Amino acid sequence: MWIYEKKLEYPAKVSGPNPRLAKIIIEQYGGSDGELSAGIRYLTQRYTMPTGMAKGVLTDIGTEELAHFEIVGTVVYKLLKGVSPQQMQEAGMGAYYADFGKGIFPINAAGNPWTAAYIDAKDDPISNLHEDLAAEQKARAVYENLLNLSDDPCVNDTLKFLREREVVHFQRFGEVLDNVQTWMNSKKVF
Amino acid sequence: MNRKISHQAHLLKEIMSYEFTAVELNLFLDTHPNDVKALTEYNQVTECLKKLKFEYEKCYGPLTNFGTSPSQHPWRWIDEPWPWQIEY
Ligand SMILES: [Fe+2]
Repeated sequence: MWIYEKKLEYPAKVSGPNPRLAKIIIEQYGGSDGELSAGIRYLTQRYTMPTGMAKGVLTDIGTEELAHFEIVGTVVYKLLKGVSPQQMQEAGMGAYYADFGKGIFPINAAGNPWTAAYIDAKDDPISNLHEDLAAEQKARAVYENLLNLSDDPCVNDTLKFLREREVVHFQRFGEVLDNVQTWMNSKKVF
Repeated sequence: MNRKISHQAHLLKEIMSYEFTAVELNLFLDTHPNDVKALTEYNQVTECLKKLKFEYEKCYGPLTNFGTSPSQHPWRWIDEPWPWQIEY
């Protein structure tokens, strides 16, 4: 069960309409290392995790990632507010507009729709956790790329918050990996 | 932009800030369940949050649904703005 809270985890501000920025920020909404991928990956991997700690951390970080999905969606929504179809086309979002109008659809910056092929969930906690550690680093790298491309200080503030969260998640997943390895060693009886 | 933010956004930002601390402590406690200092802080932040949310909900309706928070009449859960509509 999930309870929705009618608030964002972090304020998502934009300086003004900016379809060019929206076009690239959407990478973290529907891209391979984006927030939707992260949330679905962790919440899907929970079931076969061996320890309470691993189940708890995947539940909690997965839930936080859904809050990040909402923050990125909000940023894209706000960047497209008041933007005309013509301006979207000029910013390279003509194809997007033709399909979705100003709806917020999970695609990556190159226009590919989100797919479950971006994630994995094996009955193997070690491989899952290594995937999660890599995913956090990849998400951090993408946020840094976006920060290099963004010209909006308000959006940068939100991007920096999200980048920092990836670093914390990486740290927690590392601790879970230790926990699961200890558990596995304790199970080995020769 | 010097737009003065609304009272609602102001209160909400305070809640966001406390709740973020709670999220951070929660994740930390998940992997450090015996840390007394973090647990004490977590319980303190939880108390503060409860009070702040009560204040907010008196003015702006429930922050959470499905029986986790009561509503005034008429049902206020559907009141705008929704989170993505708020200017901070
Ligand atoms: Fe993350």
